[in-house]
This record gives sequence, C-alpha cells and structure tokens, in this order.
Amino acid sequence: MSTSVFGQSIPRVDGPLKVSGGARYAFEFNQSGQLYAVIVNATIGIGRIVSIEATGVEQMPGVRAVISHLNAPKLTYSPHKGVIDPAVGERLRVFQDEQIRFFGQPVAVIVADTLDQAEHAATALRLRYDAQAPLTEIDDPRAQPIVAQQTAAANARVAADRERGSADQAFADTDVKVDAIFRMARENHSPMEPHATVASWEGDSLTVWSKSQYVLNERAELAAIFGIPPENVLVICPFVGGAFGTSLRTWSHVGIAALAARVVGRPVKLALTRKQMFLDTGHRPRTDQRIAIAATNQGKLTAIIHEATAETSRYEEFIEGITNQTEFLYSCPNVRTRYRLVPTDTSTPTYMRAPGECTGMHALECGLDELAAALDLDPIELRRRNEPTVDESNGRPFSSRSLLQCLETGAERFGWSQRNPRPGSMRDGRWQIGWGVAGSTRGAPQAPADASVRLLPDGRVEVASATSDMGPGTYTSMAQVAAATLGVPVERIKFELGRSDMPTAPSHGGSWTMASVGNAVRSACLAAQDAAVRRAVEDPASIFHGLTADVLHWKDGTLGRKNGEGPRLDQVALLRGGMPIDVRTTASRSTDIANRYSMYGYAAFFTEVAVDADLGIVRIRRMLGVYGIGKVVNPRLARSQCIGGMVGGIGMALMERTVLDQRDGRPVNAHMADYLVPVNLDVPTLETQFLDEQDDAVNPLGIKGIGELCIIGVAPAIANAVYHATGKRVRELPIRIENLLGA
Amino acid sequence: MMPFTVAQVASEREAITSAGGGGRYIAGGTTLIDLMREEVERPSSLVDINRLSLRHIRLERNALVIGALARMAEVAAHPEVRRVHPLIAEALEEGASPQLRNMASIGGNLMQRVRCPYFRMLDAACNKRSPGSGCAAIEGVNGGHAILGTSESCAATHPSDLAVALVALDATMRVRGPQGERRFPIIDLYRLPEDKPHLEHTLRPAELILDVHVPVQPFAVSGRYLKVRDRSSYEFALVSAAAVLDVRNGVVRAARVACGGVGTRPWRMPAVEAALIGQRPTRANFETAAAHATQGARALSGNGYKIALLPRTITRALEMAGEKV
Ligand SMILES: Cc1cc2nc3c(=O)[nH]c(=O)nc-3n(C[C@H](O)[C@H](O)[C@H](O)COP(=O)(O)OP(=O)(O)OC[C@H]3O[C@@H](n4cnc5c(N)ncnc54)[C@H](O)[C@@H]3O)c2cc1C
Ligand code: SF4
Repeated sequence: MSTSVFGQSIPRVDGPLKVSGGARYAFEFNQSGQLYAVIVNATIGIGRIVSIEATGVEQMPGVRAVISHLNAPKLTYSPHKGVIDPAVGERLRVFQDEQIRFFGQPVAVIVADTLDQAEHAATALRLRYDAQAPLTEIDDPRAQPIVAQQTAAANARVAADRERGSADQAFADTDVKVDAIFRMARENHSPMEPHATVASWEGDSLTVWSKSQYVLNERAELAAIFGIPPENVLVICPFVGGAFGTSLRTWSHVGIAALAARVVGRPVKLALTRKQMFLDTGHRPRTDQRIAIAATNQGKLTAIIHEATAETSRYEEFIEGITNQTEFLYSCPNVRTRYRLVPTDTSTPTYMRAPGECTGMHALECGLDELAAALDLDPIELRRRNEPTVDESNGRPFSSRSLLQCLETGAERFGWSQRNPRPGSMRDGRWQIGWGVAGSTRGAPQAPADASVRLLPDGRVEVASATSDMGPGTYTSMAQVAAATLGVPVERIKFELGRSDMPTAPSHGGSWTMASVGNAVRSACLAAQDAAVRRAVEDPASIFHGLTADVLHWKDGTLGRKNGEGPRLDQVALLRGGMPIDVRTTASRSTDIANRYSMYGYAAFFTEVAVDADLGIVRIRRMLGVYGIGKVVNPRLARSQCIGGMVGGIGMALMERTVLDQRDGRPVNAHMADYLVPVNLDVPTLETQFLDEQDDAVNPLGIKGIGELCIIGVAPAIANAVYHATGKRVRELPIRIENLLGA
Repeated sequence: MMPFTVAQVASEREAITSAGGGGRYIAGGTTLIDLMREEVERPSSLVDINRLSLRHIRLERNALVIGALARMAEVAAHPEVRRVHPLIAEALEEGASPQLRNMASIGGNLMQRVRCPYFRMLDAACNKRSPGSGCAAIEGVNGGHAILGTSESCAATHPSDLAVALVALDATMRVRGPQGERRFPIIDLYRLPEDKPHLEHTLRPAELILDVHVPVQPFAVSGRYLKVRDRSSYEFALVSAAAVLDVRNGVVRAARVACGGVGTRPWRMPAVEAALIGQRPTRANFETAAAHATQGARALSGNGYKIALLPRTITRALEMAGEKV
C-alpha cells in the first residue's frame, strides 16, 4: 500500500453528522401514519398467565390495539439460528402461549396514537398470574449444573472438560500454590441508545429501522418469525448509539414491533425503556470460578485448574469461552478446565464485550498475581518465566506474540520498577496506593465478508457492506482501507453500511469487523482495479483498447502501462462519463492459515489505585494499556476504543452489577441511577500505546482486532492494585465499599 | 403517564388556592416528573410555582435565608453561602449531577421521595406507595436501606443530602398554607415511618414551602459534608455525615453531627455530639464519640455494612471539620 491514509489518525468521517444531530438513529425514522407501541412485561418470575383484562384498556383514549397471547396471530417461527443465537434451545416466542419463563417477559403490547397514551394504557392493563418460585442464582442450593450440549466433546471450541497432563495430581504435588473462588456479578450492556424498532409493512414486505449490530441476522430472524422470504424484509440501521453486544441478537421487541404494525396495519414505533433494557436484551452471565495454580519455587508453573459455572436460561444454552485463554496463555504442562451452566428462570444471557474472555481472564490474571505474591516474585517476572514458545493447547506456532513486549513496554512507561512490592507500603496522605498489572489476550478472528465497490465517472467511489458502526469508526476505517487500496483521496470514498440488502457482512461483534469487512473492502478495491484494466482494453474508445490486460495496471489511483511508458488515466478520464465500474467480492481466511497458526492479539494493563481503607473507597489514579494488535488502521479511533475499554473495565471492576430479587427474579437496579457505570470523576487520564507489530499471517491487512482485547485484563489490573494497596484480596466483582470493609 | 393538567400561578395566594383544590406543586420537576412517568405519583393537576418570587438567597441578621425555588446549583455557588455555611454548599455539590442541580429547587429537594427501588415499581409491595400492601424491601434487596428509625412497615432512607446539612445546622423552614404562615425546625418536617410510612412529612394540605432559615454561627465555617459511595459522584449516599465543630482552647465547645443514608429521615446524632463536648479534637476522641452513632441501629439482610461504615464516616467528617477550626 502506498504512502497512504492507512494508519493515519484522520477524524471520523461521520463526526459532523453525529455532533450536529444529523445522524439518524432507529427511533428517529418517522413514518407517516405511525403509531406507538409499548410493551407490558410479566411481573412474576415463573408461571402462567391466568387472565388479562383488556376490555377497559382497549377503550382508553388513543388505544388502537392490545395484543397478547389471547389474540395474537400464531406466528410461523421457522427454525433459525444465526451465529449469535445459542445453538441449543429455542428462542422466546412472544405472545404464543401463557407460559412465563422469566420476570419481565413481554406479555402484551399496547398500540396507541401517542407514546403517552400507550404508556398509560400499559400501566392500566391488569393481568392475573399463577406464579411459582423461580430459581435465579447459580449458587442456589437447588441449582443443577449441566454440561451444555455443544461443550460435551473434548475438542469443542468451548469444552465442558479438557485436560492436558494431570493437573490435580501436579497441583497436589507442588508446594507453592493458590486456590481461590472468584464471583462475578451479572452485568447489563446499558448503552446510551435504547433498543428501538420502527416497523412498516407493505403487503407481505416488511421494512424495519431497528437498532442492530447485525442487520442480516435481523432480516433472517424476522423472515423466520413471520414465515416470509428474507428478500421481503429490509432492515435499516445506519447508526448505533453504543451496543456492546446487546444488539447482536434480534430480541423479542423487534418481532413485537413488526407484529404490532401488522395487526394495526400502520407503521409502528417501539422503543424499550431503560428498565426494559434490563429484562430481555441479554446480559453478561453471572459466574463463579475456581482458579487453582501451582508453581515450583523458581516460579515455573506446574498446574492450572480453572473451573467456571455460569448462568443461562431454561430455554436456551448460552455458552462463551471462559476458560479458553487459560489453555494457552502461559506455559504449563498440566492444565485442566471445566465449564458448566446452571439453567435459571431468567432470560437468556448474551455476548457482552469480550464475552467469556473478560470473565475467565479476571480469574486467571488475579490468580497469577496471587501466585506471584506467594512466590515473592514480581508478577511480570512470573509471566516471563512462563512464556510459551508455542500454543501448548494445540502445538501450533503463534502468528505473532507480544504479551511480554506489552508488559515490558508498559512497565518501562509506567515506572513499574519504582513499585515497592510489599502490600500497603505505598501511601499518599490518607490514601493507600496500589499498583497492579494484568495481561490480556484475545483471538484475532476473520469471518467471510463481502463488499462492493462502485467507481463512478465523476471520480467518486462508493463502497458498501452490510456491517454496522456501533462506535468504533467503521465508516472511517473502511473509507481509509478503500482510499489506500485504490490510491485515491479518502474524501472521494463513501462507505455505506447498515442495510440488509447490502453485500453480506458478519455480525458487528467479536472484534472481527476490521479484519473481515476491511479485507473484503480491500479485495473489492483490488477487483475494481482489475475491472478498470479490463474496461481500458475492451472499451473501443479507450487509448488502451486492444492491449492485453497484463501490460496495464492500476497504481496510485491511475491506470497505465506497467513499464511506465505512455499516458496514465485517472478514474474520470478512464470512465469518460460512461457506465460506472461495479464489483463485489468476498474475502475470508483460508483454512490452511486458520489451522496452521495460533492467532491472538495481546495487551497489558497497568493501573494505580488509591484506597481509603477506613471507608472502603477505591479510586483509580492512572491507567496505561499497551497493545499488540497488528496494524492499526487509525490510531485515533483505536485509542478511542481502548479508552472505552478501560472505562468499561473500571465499571466491571468497581461498579457494574445487576441485582436480582431472588423471590421473583426482578432486577431491582434497572435504572441508570442505580446500575452504576463510571462517571467522569471515576476516570483519570488514560494512556494507550500500540506496539509496532507486523503479522502477515492473520490477514492481508495485518489486522487483529481490538474492541474486546481492550477491556479484558482491565478489571484484574485494578483488583491486583487494590490488593497491593491494602493487602486484601477481594475475589468478588465489582469490588465495592461493602466488600472492602468486610474483607 | 396519567393525564394531568397544569396551572401556572403568579402569586403565593393563587398557588395555595390551586393546591387547596387538589393540585400538586411542581418546581424543577426532577423528582415529580420521574415518578409520574412511572405512575408512582398520579397527580391529576400540577401547580407550577416557578414564577413565584421565592428564589432569594440572602443573609439576614442572624440567618442565611434560602428561597424554596432557589436552584441547588445557584445556592451551592453563592458566595455568602460558601462563606457562612460551607457545609450547605458541599452537601449540595455532592448531590445529584450538574444537570439536575441546575433544575432542582431547594423546596423540591427537601420534599423528594425515597429511592427505595420497590417504591418505584408499581408491581412490588410497598407500604409507602400503597398503604397496607406490605414492604418488599425488608425481606428483599435492601443494601441501601436504613438502619435507624426503621419499622416493620418501612426501612427506606430519606435521600436528601441537603436535609442532612440543614438538620445539623438547626435550620428552620417557613411555610404558608390556607391557614396562614408557620415556621418550624426542618427536622420536624420528616416523620418516622412507624406503621404509616405513606405519611412522610408534616406539611398540611396545600402548604407551600417559602424558604429555609439557617442560623449563622461563627463556628459553622468548620462545617464539612462527607458522602461515602461507590462512584465518585452522581450516586446517593451509602452513608454520609455532616459535621461542624466549635473548638476553643483546644477543646470542643460545641458539635453538630447529622447523617444520611442510615436513617428513615435525616438523622441528627445527639449522643455523638454530647460525647465530644469538652474533649480534645483528636482522632481517638472522634472515634469514641462516633461509636455512639449506632446505638439502636438494626441491620436488615443486606445493609449490615452500614453499621461498620457509619462511625467511620462520622469520624472522618469530624477530622475534616477539625482541620478547618
Ligand atoms: C438521578 C438523580 C440523582 C439524584 N441524586 C441526588 C443526590 O445525590 N442527593 C440529593 O440530595 N438529591 C438527589 N437527587 C434528587 C434531587 O435533588 C431532587 O430531585 C430535586 O432536588 C427535587 O427538586 P425539584 O425542584 O426538581 O422538585 P420537584 O420534582 O418539582 O418536586 C418534588 C416534590 O417537592 C414538592 N415541592 C416542590 N417545591 C415545593 C414547595 N415550595 N413547597 C412544597 N412542596 C414543594 C413537589 O410537590 C414534589 O412532591 C437526585 C435526583 C435524580 C433524578
Ligand atoms: S422500604 Fe418503604 S419504600 Fe421501600 S418497599 Fe418498604 S415500604 Fe416501600
């Protein structure tokens, strides 16, 4: 790639739209004749609906429909599972029967002329239930852990049980060891923009403007629910106001909006309230983990045992890779992992930023810190002594590996050598100061993706793929890839996304958008160059007419002879007001590459906390992240992702938790005043540094992905710093005043 | 939201008449509208009092007078308030968020409803919202609830930080209703829940808060407000303490201590104050005195940590006040 915009910190191309209010989000797509829908949620934990008194409500001012299982049409609900849907189990089918599976399950929807009327009517609707006592917590004595079907095979991606060597024996035979239980709270994504869908039917064709990270799956799910061909469904979502994974699946409210619109025969708008955002839009599952690690006196690991138990719903098995990193991150001959689910009477969990990894790595990185303390060894030195040369879980070489470099670079910049290792030894007045470190790793995946490129006669270039931009800057980074590949100024590129009739893109999650769609954009731009060459030799009016294609090439935005002789044509001169050039290609990783290497990104986090031990208050003083993520397309955007990850990590470490009332499973803090996320005052200056890393194996652009790597490892760095400040290990997240006073 | 009407009023008399006819006062609306959206509050008519001239903040002979419609932000920023009663400024600044403080009035702040989560959920049992329905919190999630002044019927804390400061400073409030004007100590505004938690305050029907009078005493410049919570701002207190110390010749002559987050109303701590009188202002003496704070405290399943946190918070607030004398 030429001296290019690739790797430059250009500002977001959609920045002006966003700050001026010009960016339109799902709920803002007003349709003429639209009505408003408000969902009524079950107020019991489990049981069935006995009766619904709708008559009075139907007579209320403005009310057009009260839809529930009593009058809803039977919907097709064809089998459909996208990659983001749990493979085992069956999704919630709304308004199809009287069963209540969890607190907050949608039981009815009110459609009215105005939002106020619909809300008021929703409050007035009376339901009677036959309620039973739900099971809501994984440590309930009645809880029955299960082996998730997909995890049963030892070679499953996420395995219920996997072992190399003989971990329990080695653990028993070693002197220096730690064995600890970590409990992590359920978290909700809580993005700024609530879920919202505007639905409109024309005959058997449905258009939805809907908050989504995955418009293609939304299309497939809606087609399956209503039993119509996917081509009849158009999903539009140009902007997403934060999501963190909650908009990957198509949750029940989307189908409800479409159903309501169908029943009333008018376009319908539906947005979830903040409270409803805690009911049926997924959550990071609550987990309990045991981590047991042993090492020789020299700090060489001899055994790691990592056991995790997570909640899922009764109707779907949601799985995530909590223990996977433990299998390869450090060199250790004896490793045993275990993963169980506890089905509870709650809604199905879902992917939340760094699903599984974030959870498992907290236990592993805290466990390692505890081991370092037991060995009286610096935690970075401990990691150095256990650096593997290959991926010991499968014997493959690493395509590139930068954990130690991240740790060492960070240590230098943070001033780690100034740290007095003794807990409680560093002070600033009343505050006890602690420094903590943790590593991070996450896979560098690439999914098959398509992109289209259109070279227009006026010199503009349109690029499209059905991906999404929930904040990382997809619009900008894809334009950079296209501009750099074609050798044209970035201002000439228009990248479009967020429509289900665009070329296929994978879910906008899993940190693979840049690697997947980015490489598809690159391929499409290369294909467009080839097409331009073909046009040049085939067009009778072209000065290159009749030449063989192989003597020409497209370079730095112009087309001419490879040998440099003769004139060169730019896009405008080539197309001369004629037809545009249209191409569409797919990019994917070859199975050969996928099977040859172990491909991961790495990071290290350093943090300084101040703890007021009398009052149990923890405040973050500074934080540094160092990242080995291959090529960075736009450092400004990447930094923005990384500081977002750190803020998320601060929330995870110190604040975020969804509290359920065990009697009926209701979330009691479903409110932004009570579900705490960091405010500005909780977030100090955050520093980031990207290693200069070249990884040619991962994909042609050399991209590993960063959106999730950058939150993994933040919480353990904080927890380890809290220990260093106080000498107390709080093995529960979030670490709250209450825990510190009690510890 | 229930349908409702709004009356704009231009005089106190008009306001009181409208309220007498069943209207509910609305000032900044930051509590009331929230609760109306959830239909926890269902007034059929509102009386918008924002045009009344009750936005004054001034120093009278022996008192700081704050109008009921003065906004939290303007009171906190007021130079005289900061000079004579820094405790009030600090308590206000520790409350809510800048946006809310710009809207929220002093009268509304003192009259805000509890933050108990079940109070805000129509489908939960709550004696305060619907008398006789039971209390979902006492056997439920109650980590934020009170340890002092609770009853079998209710254990919600009074959430106002300002009220804690005013109670510590022996402030009074002037109100006017259909029967005329009266004045009483702010602590008397708040009732204990006992068996009638739905009766929160002692205002008579249609009574309008006019202003708050805070006696000025030289030693009030030592006043500090410490609010302990998991996030640095924009969270209600787990435990808070207002402390004022009068130290002369190295000995405590007078002390004012009140706490938030622990009581079903703002909680004055007379036993702590008494234990400080005549003592030297040392940490050890503060600790000894603060230990009296938990007399009679009763923890629920989730809020036992407050019994440990309360004396520590008072001790620290006293230390902070001690640094200013
Ligand atoms: C998210 C959030 C966080 C908050 N955090 C805090 C906090 O940390 N600390 C804290 O102290 N507060 C906090 N608050 C509460 C906030 O301070 C109050 O909402 C605000 O002070 C209420 O004032 P208002 O003018 O908006 O009242 P309104 O909502 O207008 O009225 C509230 C009540 O007072 C009555 N009322 C108002 N004025 C008068 C009057 N003159 N005479 C008689 N009755 C009157 C109304 O009828 C109504 O019942 C928070 C609020 C929110 C929403
Ligand atoms: S503590 Fe009080 S406010 Fe909360 S549920 Fe019980 S009665 Fe209602």
